[in-house]
Amino acid sequence: MNSLINNPQEIAQIRNDFPILQTKMNGKPFIYLDSAASTQKPKVVIDAITDLYTNYYSNIHRSVYHYSQLSTERYENAREIIRKFINANRFEEIIFTSGATESLNLIAYSYARFNLQEGDEIIITEMEHHANIVPWQQLAKEKNLILKYIPINERGELVWEEYAKLLSPRTKIVSLVHISNSLGTINPVKEIFAKAKKVGVVTCLDASQSIQHTQIDVQDLDCDFLAFSGHKLYGPTGIGVLYGKFDLLDKMVPFKTGGDMIKSVTLEKTIFADLPERFEAGTQNIEGAIGLAAAVIYFQSLGIDRILEYENHLLNYATEKIMEIPEVKIIGTAEKKASIISFILEDIHPHDIGTILDKQGIAIRTGQHCTQPVMKCFGIPATARASLAFYNTEEDINVLIKGLKTVIQTFNV
Amino acid sequence: MSELSDLYQEVILDHNKNPRNWGHIDNCSNHSEGFNPLCGDHIDLFLNVEGKTIKDVKFEANGCAISKASASIMSALIKGKNFEEVKALYDEFHQIVTHGCEDHEPTEINLEVFCGVKEYPTRVKCATLAWHTLVDALNKV
Repeated sequence: MNSLINNPQEIAQIRNDFPILQTKMNGKPFIYLDSAASTQKPKVVIDAITDLYTNYYSNIHRSVYHYSQLSTERYENAREIIRKFINANRFEEIIFTSGATESLNLIAYSYARFNLQEGDEIIITEMEHHANIVPWQQLAKEKNLILKYIPINERGELVWEEYAKLLSPRTKIVSLVHISNSLGTINPVKEIFAKAKKVGVVTCLDASQSIQHTQIDVQDLDCDFLAFSGHKLYGPTGIGVLYGKFDLLDKMVPFKTGGDMIKSVTLEKTIFADLPERFEAGTQNIEGAIGLAAAVIYFQSLGIDRILEYENHLLNYATEKIMEIPEVKIIGTAEKKASIISFILEDIHPHDIGTILDKQGIAIRTGQHCTQPVMKCFGIPATARASLAFYNTEEDINVLIKGLKTVIQTFNV
Repeated sequence: MSELSDLYQEVILDHNKNPRNWGHIDNCSNHSEGFNPLCGDHIDLFLNVEGKTIKDVKFEANGCAISKASASIMSALIKGKNFEEVKALYDEFHQIVTHGCEDHEPTEINLEVFCGVKEYPTRVKCATLAWHTLVDALNKV
């Protein structure tokens, strides 16, 4: 397949797959630079959901009639598509959740709560999303565990030497983000996990920002758990995945219980179902799973290598153009970065930047990006963030640059 | 640029750049902190209340132009006013940011700049942060 760089025809075709990119926001062509918050949905995903509800929807895992069977088949087929996509060994290792947040909570409350003792240590990093901080903090409070943070340097990279010092015989879990949502840093997770594995530490990866910006292979990474959300991978909201190694998952007790996750229930006791149903209590997000599977197939059809090459090209182009504006400072300048650019503009608050850009049809994220500790590290209250996906173009970035110049003009800096 | 002029007016930009009553009061009678976690706005508000009158007010804030200008304008308006007058100003401000000024001519010239905020629903919280913090501070007696 051809490269997507300097290939406006194919990019135009791809953009046509996304109905929302044809709309106008505030009367201006919609420039979407907020894919790190959530990606837009291709028509195939919207169609898969419509097809389900129009043609064969019924509850899954329950009834004997044809549509229920068909819905169950498509739901389980979605699991298989995701298993292959992240190269998991067995289908039982793919648990559907509501999103990365629930996946991470599941690790904390179904694994760590039963396997860690008072005084045990968990290592995370200073660049975590709140979803990979708060569950651990809560559990640490409940069980008197110790939470340690790998610090970051001024470029927004983890400090390897400090990590080595944090590991101790009491370390039981290392849980970290693969790609920082506020800095764009790609962390050397394979090396970090390898070091942890040597001393028998359980490893968790928050792949929320990497599932769409890298090729994920759970066996190659050798992580014990991995979490991601469907809506950041061009799929619907409300669906996510927890990957866990079979031997670990199989010994775990669910923290959500109810229907569909049992083998037998009597008035005296309940026997839990086998994997993966044990962790999927209640009626599942059927449209979510089916929509996510359609998104994965679409994403793979474009060629992941081509996507990554093109997104890297966009990142370099945007970084260069933004750096040409002397009033702007980029926050997060790691050597290895995904297409996420946080920045500040003199002392203009990001929300003012966001509102002025909004009027020009440009969507960026402004604020703390659920990473308040990162903001504290850099001594800033918030940032503006432009995040790019394969449906963006150099022209989108040119419009952003023009918009930033309007901001400067408005504030007279 | 004409669409933006209703939000980012000279008055807002001026109060953002040169906030009035900036600083803190040692041994103040009332204090409250306000947060807007969505955007990271933060305000520290200090009051000296005597009887039912706000004798002095100072604030320090980190935040967007709208929230900072709103705090600055509020501080100038409430200084020297009694609780009843402050309550009337609060109600008027609330009316302006949620319903605009079509049916209501602001009594204070500096409140006019907030007439356009209702067009920016995500920014209403920025404008009201200082006023909510004020209510909180006054409730802490």
